[in-house]
Amino acid sequence: MYTASDLKKGLRIKLDNDPYVITEFNFVKPGKGQALYRCKLKNMLNGNQFERTFRSVDVFEPADLREKKMQYLYREEGKYCFMDNETYEQIYLTDEQMDEAKNFLIDNIEAEILLFEDRPIGISMPNFVELIVTEAEPWAKGDTVSGATKPVKVQTGYTIQVPTFINEGEKIRVDTRTGEYLTRVKG
Amino acid sequence: MPDDSFMLARKRSNLQLRARLIQNIRLFFIANNFLEVETPIRVPAPAPEEHIEALTAGDWFLQTSPELCLKRMLAAGYPRLFQIEKCFRAGERGALHLPEFTMLEWYVAGFDYQQLMAQCEEMIVSVAAAAGMDNSVERQGQKINFAPPWEMITVHEAFKKHAPLTTEDALAQDRFDEIMVEFIEPRLGQKKPTFLYDYPAKFASLAKLKHSDPSVAERFELYIGGLELANGFSELTDATQQRRRFAEAAKIRAAKGWADYPLPEKFLHALESLPNSAGIALGIDRLVMLFAGAASIDDVIAFPPEAL
Repeated sequence: MYTASDLKKGLRIKLDNDPYVITEFNFVKPGKGQALYRCKLKNMLNGNQFERTFRSVDVFEPADLREKKMQYLYREEGKYCFMDNETYEQIYLTDEQMDEAKNFLIDNIEAEILLFEDRPIGISMPNFVELIVTEAEPWAKGDTVSGATKPVKVQTGYTIQVPTFINEGEKIRVDTRTGEYLTRVKG
Repeated sequence: MPDDSFMLARKRSNLQLRARLIQNIRLFFIANNFLEVETPIRVPAPAPEEHIEALTAGDWFLQTSPELCLKRMLAAGYPRLFQIEKCFRAGERGALHLPEFTMLEWYVAGFDYQQLMAQCEEMIVSVAAAAGMDNSVERQGQKINFAPPWEMITVHEAFKKHAPLTTEDALAQDRFDEIMVEFIEPRLGQKKPTFLYDYPAKFASLAKLKHSDPSVAERFELYIGGLELANGFSELTDATQQRRRFAEAAKIRAAKGWADYPLPEKFLHALESLPNSAGIALGIDRLVMLFAGAASIDDVIAFPPEAL
């Protein structure tokens, strides 16, 4: 169990049966009054945020969360199937749970599946992925403005800003945390 | 880990302002015939308070406030006293809290809390002027004008004006502090510094109850831009009543598993000869924060505990 003095930004606790992450934390103590802990919490299942003030006598259950490396298999009826390569156990994530990870989801990619009490609730992709450009306007000769970018579509359907010299069929490296282009991958 | 030159260099102007403010505070009290004193930081028996826990130092404790010693001096015939010193409180750490912080306390024989509020106003205006500040400060985008008279509002009125429930209901539901923090404090002292006064008797601590309405204590807090800066009151001079309040606080502390302090008997004895008087404690770090426009108390001290 956690007590109020364990509260800090980033701590994950269980409240009303849901996992929450503390996104903001403030210690306050009005004149001669009791210590209070003002927190902003985010529900890790539905993203809802709210503020709550805790007291020093409050105790909290840690949220039973763990991550497990699993491999992406296929998508079916809006659900994404992943498999544990050791146990062959399969799980499904919804479109909503996938969130922006969808943009970087390529066949057979391995990702960390976030489990709450053994139920899958989210995913974190590797920090960097390599994606093939499937649609791009051809590079117009003479377009040499340094730093100029253009939108291209990659194999996942995601549209991303890249330097103008990137062509269709080329492979690019993308940072999944920011969703931004990093570099062209040769070969 | 940021090294000292980085951490300390960006604090230079705040630390210079801090020094200037403290020097001007001294000048104000000296000019007003106060005696500056030093009382022991390590004490055998702190005042038992419901929500303040002392740090231990050997068999004794580090002071949470110099209040008891200063009142013993007041009782012994020193009518105007001030002290600037370190106080220590266990478990207090946040953007406005340090476990070791600097307090200004002053006591005036013959004053009541109303007169002390007026003097507090005069002191801050004078110190701000002497430190070269103009007559206003900005906090959280709000300009706060220091021109007297400052605002005054009772706790009762503040609940009526800002809170979703009455003082009585907040007390009955044990939500007084929570309502204070969420609804009242952030709205105090937004245009002018504001004295919040006449606290429910339950929170009297070492303050005198109001003669015309004993449901409240002659206690006040000063707020500037939502920031709580000072706590003052007309001093309780009734040793029997003080002993009873200490016993009640000790009971609540025991229920929380907090330290069992010996009773400050010498203070209780001195209370019998304490003249009518008023005293106030003002957080120096927070005053500097206010004038420096600092968001965190760490910005106005050289070394927060985590940097040691």
